[in-house]
Amino acid sequence: MKSSAFRKLFSLFSSLIFLFLFYSPAQGAESSAPAWFDKNRVNVFIVLALFFAFVIYFINRAQKGKSLFVRRIPGLDAIEEAVGRATEMGRPILYISGIEDMDNLQTVASMIILGNVAEMAAAYEVPLLVPVCQPFVVTVAEESVKQGYAKAGKPEAYNPNNVRFLTSEQFAYASGVNGIMLREKPAANFMFGSFYAESLLMAETGFSTGAIQVAGTANIHQLPFFVVACDYTLIGEELFAASAYLSKEPKLLGSLKGSDLAKLLIMIYLVLGVLFVTFGIDIFLRWVFVQ
Amino acid sequence: MRRQLPILIVFVSGVFMVIQYFIPHESFEFIYEYAMDWIIIIGIFAMLLGLWSLTRASVSKVQAKAPGWGFSVMTLVGLATMLFLGFYKGNKSIAEGTFFMDLFWYIYTPIQATMFSLLAFYIASAAYRSFRVRTVLATILLVTALIIMLRLIPLGPISGVNQWLASWILTVPNMAAKRAIWIGVGLGATATALKIIFGIERAYMGKD
Repeated sequence: MKSSAFRKLFSLFSSLIFLFLFYSPAQGAESSAPAWFDKNRVNVFIVLALFFAFVIYFINRAQKGKSLFVRRIPGLDAIEEAVGRATEMGRPILYISGIEDMDNLQTVASMIILGNVAEMAAAYEVPLLVPVCQPFVVTVAEESVKQGYAKAGKPEAYNPNNVRFLTSEQFAYASGVNGIMLREKPAANFMFGSFYAESLLMAETGFSTGAIQVAGTANIHQLPFFVVACDYTLIGEELFAASAYLSKEPKLLGSLKGSDLAKLLIMIYLVLGVLFVTFGIDIFLRWVFVQ
Repeated sequence: MRRQLPILIVFVSGVFMVIQYFIPHESFEFIYEYAMDWIIIIGIFAMLLGLWSLTRASVSKVQAKAPGWGFSVMTLVGLATMLFLGFYKGNKSIAEGTFFMDLFWYIYTPIQATMFSLLAFYIASAAYRSFRVRTVLATILLVTALIIMLRLIPLGPISGVNQWLASWILTVPNMAAKRAIWIGVGLGATATALKIIFGIERAYMGKD
């Protein structure tokens, strides 16, 4: 999106927020009138507005050509290594996007990574298998893979049968994926998205086939399983940073820096909060509660 | 226009979802509920796409006699059987005692339970690999895991100390690490949502 269009969108967004915050038909009416702003959520609103401002500031900065440093993420660097290994072995790549639907941001992040993986797979001419757990995700996965193949300049290499719906049932899906791992013997398994109890079933089966495995999830209880059974694991936010890291697009990197600044402020807030509470001042503690 | 329209829909829906969180007015709640209903409706239609995808891939495999094509035959037979039995007598098909429900209770459910119970063996093999003492970090992990596991077993005079230590591990270092990940996840998810709402991230939309 061009920066002028982006600025227009931002202005529209800000105007809408302020319109709804400060225009209240209930002004001066009885207190029983419906409220147009939940005052208990002022703290959330301030934090969100600050966060948005950081992200937009860094995106603009990146667009002006300022260089932005992003630390190395070994799990994401390993994606190309794994694709290369699959090429050398002449075996396919397996991509699993978790078991949640498109309303889960982890699935959205996974679809973005899938596009990058598909581009690499097309460039190296390696088959990419994408068994999907939710029917709605199938269409998005198909489009992401098609786009990846088109970007690599090989749209004709796309095989629609390789992106396929298996089932929406958790363990039936796990057994279907395990079957593909054992029959097709992929050289590389990528597991990015929202996983639950099926994570270890799939990761251990992949381990037993000798595939190089890269996983990533924000579901904290599944992380130990991936850490144990996979070669590389993206922990929490690294999953969301993947698209910026892989594409190196300035606008996406800018949003990453915005998150980092927000994290720094949260850390400062936590340290101050601990100090204040230690000396019996609980204003910091009360302010963060959301009713 | 093919590109702009979806971006506009995403922008309007995204902005609405952000502001509705701060507005307790019933009109916003109504629109929110309405949008949630639409998600269910779209999900039902998406199931047809899923069925098409599964059938197309399985039929192609059978036609090409690709390795393991027998599994695709089983998939198609299972799919057709359950669809037929499910629709055969309308609502009565899913009453207890029907053939459809028998297949569900006596074939599907035990298979599901079997897959779940396999997890215990996978956990054992994964734990064996991770607890092997190879490095200082692996040793720390092993000792910590032992303290946590032994808290469930009576250990005589050291039970109290072990309980206290296990509780401290879970509520202090473990909780601190978890919260750090949660904060990171929250910010990462918000940044991703923002990128999507403003149309900066469009890779999920497919081809240009």
